[in-house]
Parts: sequence; structure tokens; C-alpha cells
Amino acid sequence: MSPPEVESTESAGTPLSRRALVKGLALVPLVGAGLPASAKPSGAPSEGAVAPSEPYTPAFFKPDEWAFIVAACDRLIPHDEHGPGAVELGVPEFIDRDMQTPYASGDIWYMQGPFVEAPRELGYQGRLALRDILRVGLGAVDAHCRQQFDGKTFTALEPAQQEALLKSAGSDELQLEGISSAVFFAELLAEVRNGYFSDPVHGGNKGMGSWKMIGYPGMRADYTDWVEVRDKPYPLPPVDLAGRRG
Amino acid sequence: MAVTQPKVDAVIVGMGWTGAIMAKELTDAGLRVVALERGPDRDTQPDFAYPKVVDELEGSVYRRFLQSLSKETVTIRHKIGDTAVPYRQIGSFKPGTGVGGAGSHWSGCHFRVLPEDLKLRTLVEQRYGRRFIPPEMTIQDFPVTYEELEPHFDHFEHVCGTSGKAGVLNGVRQEGGNPFEGSRQREFPLPANRNYLGAEWFYRAAREAGYHAYPIPASNASGPYVNSYGCQMGPCNFCGFCSDYGCLNYAKASPNVCILPVLRLRKDFVLRTHAQVLRVNLDKERAHATGVTYLDAQGREVEQPADLVVLCAFSLYNVHLMLLSGIGKPYDPVANGGTVGRNYSYQNLNRVVMFFGEDVQANGFIGNGGAGTTMDDLNGKQLDSAKAGFVGGGIIWARQPGAGPVRGIAVPPGTPSWGSAWKRAIKESFRHSFYYEVQGACMSYRGHYLDLDPTYKDAFGRPLLRMTFDWHENEIKASQFLVGKALDMCKTLKPNALSGDAKKPGSHYNVTQYQSTHTCGGAIMGTDPKTSALNRYLQSWDVPNVFAPGANAFPQNNGYNPTGMVGALTYWAAKAISEQYLKTPGALVQA
Repeated sequence: MSPPEVESTESAGTPLSRRALVKGLALVPLVGAGLPASAKPSGAPSEGAVAPSEPYTPAFFKPDEWAFIVAACDRLIPHDEHGPGAVELGVPEFIDRDMQTPYASGDIWYMQGPFVEAPRELGYQGRLALRDILRVGLGAVDAHCRQQFDGKTFTALEPAQQEALLKSAGSDELQLEGISSAVFFAELLAEVRNGYFSDPVHGGNKGMGSWKMIGYPGMRADYTDWVEVRDKPYPLPPVDLAGRRG
Repeated sequence: MAVTQPKVDAVIVGMGWTGAIMAKELTDAGLRVVALERGPDRDTQPDFAYPKVVDELEGSVYRRFLQSLSKETVTIRHKIGDTAVPYRQIGSFKPGTGVGGAGSHWSGCHFRVLPEDLKLRTLVEQRYGRRFIPPEMTIQDFPVTYEELEPHFDHFEHVCGTSGKAGVLNGVRQEGGNPFEGSRQREFPLPANRNYLGAEWFYRAAREAGYHAYPIPASNASGPYVNSYGCQMGPCNFCGFCSDYGCLNYAKASPNVCILPVLRLRKDFVLRTHAQVLRVNLDKERAHATGVTYLDAQGREVEQPADLVVLCAFSLYNVHLMLLSGIGKPYDPVANGGTVGRNYSYQNLNRVVMFFGEDVQANGFIGNGGAGTTMDDLNGKQLDSAKAGFVGGGIIWARQPGAGPVRGIAVPPGTPSWGSAWKRAIKESFRHSFYYEVQGACMSYRGHYLDLDPTYKDAFGRPLLRMTFDWHENEIKASQFLVGKALDMCKTLKPNALSGDAKKPGSHYNVTQYQSTHTCGGAIMGTDPKTSALNRYLQSWDVPNVFAPGANAFPQNNGYNPTGMVGALTYWAAKAISEQYLKTPGALVQA
């Protein structure tokens, strides 16, 4: 099942997260990321985030694309009082690795033409595979940004501006060259969520951080003793596919 | 032809439930059987072994147990005259592939059928008058009765270790079961599974509304079980990985667990995997099949001659193969002639979600695919169609096949889909929300059908199957009526927030959201060769040595999950082949 469709009408984030987003302090040195100078203010996790222990060198994304992905991850799932953010859990690493899988190359999608416009209810009809949707999409957003913001790329914008752009992409209001902003945003968000929530073996969700936040026991896959318990919360912390305990 | 295999008595296309049942019954009858499966071989070990199998990214994003659409898919349009476009990404329905087919990644809901749903047209006409059925609604009676199928329902349940509680045993009502069901000859092989919170509370909500709640019959074993064939099943441990996944516990019934252990030992049974059947070969008169042609793993075209061809692919692909091979006349909705592709129907699925505070331990990660609670007070003859304003009932149920965060976390209406507000919402709702669903019937219509697409091709150069389908006003009314009743039930449980997704007037079939894999019809069984592709034994009217068991045989779909009915119909057809056809090969019903 795909993530539930949710109204993307904005409700304000909590005061703390809003403050953290606006400050956008760079806490994590992005070793090997080759971050462009202009990206400095925002291509980094929100305040309070814990640095991933192992620096990661992207293999799929080029440096400017990587900075975009990191910034977008941080806007979509920021570090806040509810729990860890996407960047500190290694979601950019997950996405970079995922782009190199057969799945991202369209392995399970029907990719033959002709490609025609169709009602939205009939699903995606483009010719881009997932990895190309992200690559073309973030390039198109950057092109839009350069035009609208005096030559600045997405990464160089203030977090609040980035949020506003992502929001307008999500609602398909953002007009991009060569790709639907809604298609790009939906796949980007799905990838961010997949990295945030899937087993750490895939590169994200480091330390099972998201599972601990929501109370998911992870890969335990045996609840025989807890089916009929009603009066107390499930007590055990998560385990992952490698057998580590959270 | 580059390669021709030695002729066999029967060739079976596809190794899911219907293929495994047919292979078992036909080898029992002494036939030499070759089964051709387009996907890989699969078994509990090593394919469904813990912990690898419970990787949500692999199972629910990469969909490693489902059919990849890259080689074969369908095109879809809403109405005649529109251009159909390919179903490029898995959404609305999830066909399987590989040994076990969709029968390895199903959930496990294992219903029979309500006796009255087999006589739908007759009963609607008797009760509400002929005019109550809109002229474009093409519903038909099934050409078989509940009494004829009962031994086969019973047998299939005992193959599957179905867990439940009988409501009517030999005509006598039983406390705790479904009082509206057709009579059973004996109890379920296993008692019902234990209730998670949502299923337990369903009883409370149903009681307040005056409904008769009962455990969903589930082929997810509530205890250890040895089935009719001597295959061992283990108890379900509520691992939460049923739908989309193979079972790690030998607990969910599947062809792999319940039938193949016997078949694999049989000398007269040969299973060839990575064998993509391209067509059924017919004689010049198109009255007799000579076998099938398939691509083997290395891409060679191979002919497999056989006396009997049994199409056991997923329902859509059974219809596809019939159309590609020229078995029977393709349905033409304009001329209202032909039969193959006629009466395509689906399932009217709708969900309501309830959100509670942190004191309610719903624990959606605890899951059992088929188990839960449901009721038939608005299904079958219980529904007053005149009052409700539509034909075909439905059920409301509590089910919890297992939630994981990659599969999605429901959030209250109005929540943004990202950022801190979303994080807060998923944190609050993950353990403390659950859903009920409405599973409504879906009628068949003159303009809803399957044929071959004029433009798009599969990886083997064949035209894709084209589906023309949309929600008819009848199903939209049903959705609104049944979701309204479900919301009323939910309100008695006093959730903090509640969401419901009843279909709105004018809303169209949306293929991007998973609803149900219950694609039905297209090669339906009937009494009239002018309006059905198969006779009552699932035998092609036009090519009598071809049988096509599956949900493709349903003239319309009812409110239940189809697998129990599909299994029973397959045993019914297999019996007819063994006891009648093999003695005198030819048409079992005179047209």
C-alpha cells in the first residue's frame, strides 16, 4: 500500500521546529558531498540533529543534486521535539543508494510508449523512471529557483522559501519545465518516507530512530503474546533485520 | 516451431490456487500433467524465511512477491471511446507471479458465497421487479447452486485450515457464527483466531447497531493443523506481514504450503517455471486445442501438446489468453455480441479510520491477514435494495493484516503530509488508530468489459489486455450507504477523530490507490453460450478441451472475497473433468 493520501493544507509546525527551520544551522559537515558554496545556509539538518557517524559519499547524485536532496529531506522531515529528522537518520544516503536499484530504473513499471496525457485517476503516464523523475525534477526546481530568486538554487534559499516551494510542488501549483511538480514531489516524498521508515540495512533509519519515535517494534514479527493485551503499551523496543535491538 | 515437448494429458497454465488444485485433482485422476508458471519457483524456505521476508521495502515498495508490470500489464480507460493507457505502476490491484501466485501474497479472508448471491438476477427481479435492474446492468445468475458447491467449499476449507465459527450447521443456527450463511456440513477445521482490539470492539459497535457480528473465516491457522493432504501448517503468530508477503510461519494457506508438498512428489506432475505461455494452439476450426506455446527461461518458443488445456492464470490473464488465442468470440459491447471479455466487475472497497488517544492500544503492527470481525446484516438478502436504492450488498469488517510505517500511517483529516505537524500526527496515531472497511459488491454492466488494446504491447509483442471500467451510479450509492453505516458504527466507539472515503457522485475509478485484487469476470460461466464464455463446469463453450477456472468466471462480484469461491469452483470443475469429461471428452453441457 502506498502512503495514505493526505491533504497537504498547511497547518503550522510547532514553534520550536519553525524556529529551528528558520535558523537552519549547519551542524553536520557534509564530508565528501562537494557542497556548492551557495548551499551553505540550508543544506544541513535542522537544529539539534545528531550527526550520522559515518560520512557518506553519494554515488548517484552529483554534488549540487545531493545538496538539494539533503535540504529537501530536512524540510520534509525535520528534527524537532517529536523525534529525529530525515538527515540525521541517513535518508539522503538511503535515497542515493535506492536510486541505484533496479526499482529506481523502472524494473517493476511498464515503461513502453506511447506516452499520452490521461486523467490523473489513471496513474502516472510519463516516460521517466523513478531515478530520472528525481533527477529531472530537482533540476527543474533549481532552474525555476534561479529564475525566481536572482540566480539562487533551491539549496541556497532560506528554509521558509524552500518549504513554500515544496508546498506548491505538492499541490501541483509549481510550473516546471519538462515534468509535473506534483509527480516529482510525490516520488520525492515517498522516497524520503521510505528511507526514514525502512530497515536500517537500506541506509536510512539509522539506529531505528523513526521506529523508536512512533513505537514500531520493527522486525520482531511475533506478537502471539500481545494480541489480547489492552491495558498496557507494547513494551519491547524495536529490532532490525540484522538482529540489533533499538 | 523450434522445440516440441512430448505430448501430455493436460497442460496447466499458472501455478497459483487454481493451478495447484487442478494439478492435484488431475494427477489423482491418473493424468500426466505439465504445469507452466511464468514466474520463479517459490517455497516457504528459503523465499519466505524470516527475517528477510519481513523487509517492508522489499515487500511493499519493490513488491518482490508481486507481478512486475514491466513485461505484462493491462491498459485501462473509464469508458468506451476513451483512449486506454497502461497500468504502469501497481496501484488498484496486485496480480501475483511465481509458484503460489496471488495465493502466496493474499491476506487469507476465506468466505464461501451467500446462496442468494448465486441467484442474484432472479432474486432481484422477484423481489423488486424487472425494472429495478437498470437496462445496462448485465448481472446474471451463476449456473450452479450453493448446494452443489457446498462439498467443495467444505473441502477447500479443510485444505486451507480455515479458522472460523460456523453460523449454520446442517440447517441449525449456531451461536457466534454468521446466522445468514448457507448451511455447512461441519464446523471449520480450526476455531476462530483471537481478536486484536479493533476486531473485539467491532462486536460492541455491531451490538449497538443491532448487527450480527461474527469472525471472518480466515485461512490463517489459529493453531497447528494437518490438512486433508497431510500438509502441516503452523499457528499464526500475528507477525503483521500477510498482504504482499509470503507467510514465514506455514500459517497462511497457500498453494505452496497446502498442495505443492504433495504435488512435488508426484511423478506424473512436472512443473516448469519461467515458462511464459504465449497462446493456446487451436485446430483450424478453432474448436479444439492442441496444446500451448510458451517461451522457456532462455527465450525459446516451445510447443507443449496436450489433450486438455486448463487456464489457471490470474483472472485477467485467463481472459487475455483466450482473446489472444481466439478461444470463443470477443465481446462487442456496441453490438452486444460475443462473450470473451463480457461482464468485467471489481470490488467496491472503502475505508473508515478511527483515531484514539494514547490509552487505546490498537497496535496495528500486530496483524493477521484474514482474521477479524464482520457482519452480513447489509449483505445478500438482508439488504433491502428498494430502500437502499442500489443492487448488491456488502460487508463491513474490522481487519488488521499488519501495519508498518513503510506501508503508510493513517493520520487524521486535515493533517499535512510532511513536516513537524505530520510527524506529531504519525507519532500519535501509529499505535492508537485502526480502521474498518466496507467491502461492497460490484455489479456488471454492458460497457464494462475486457478486450485487446489496439496500441500497447507486452514484452512478447502481444497486445495488452484493455480494461474499460468505471464506477456506476449503483456502486457509488452503495459506497455512500455502506460507508454511512460504517461511520455510524465507528461513532459508538467514540474516536477522537474519524475519516471515511465514500465515493462521491461522479467520482471515477482511481487506479493509483490500492483497493482490491478482486478483479472478476471477463470469461464468465453461464447457461447461455451467447452471454457466457464458459459453461457451468468452467469449460469453454467454443473449445471444449479448454477449461478456465478463476474469478474470471463470476458474472458479477458479491460482497465477499473471492478466493473461497474460486477454490470451490475449481474443485467443482475438476470433479466434472475427472468424472464426466475424461470418460467422454467433449462438451459437458449441450449448447
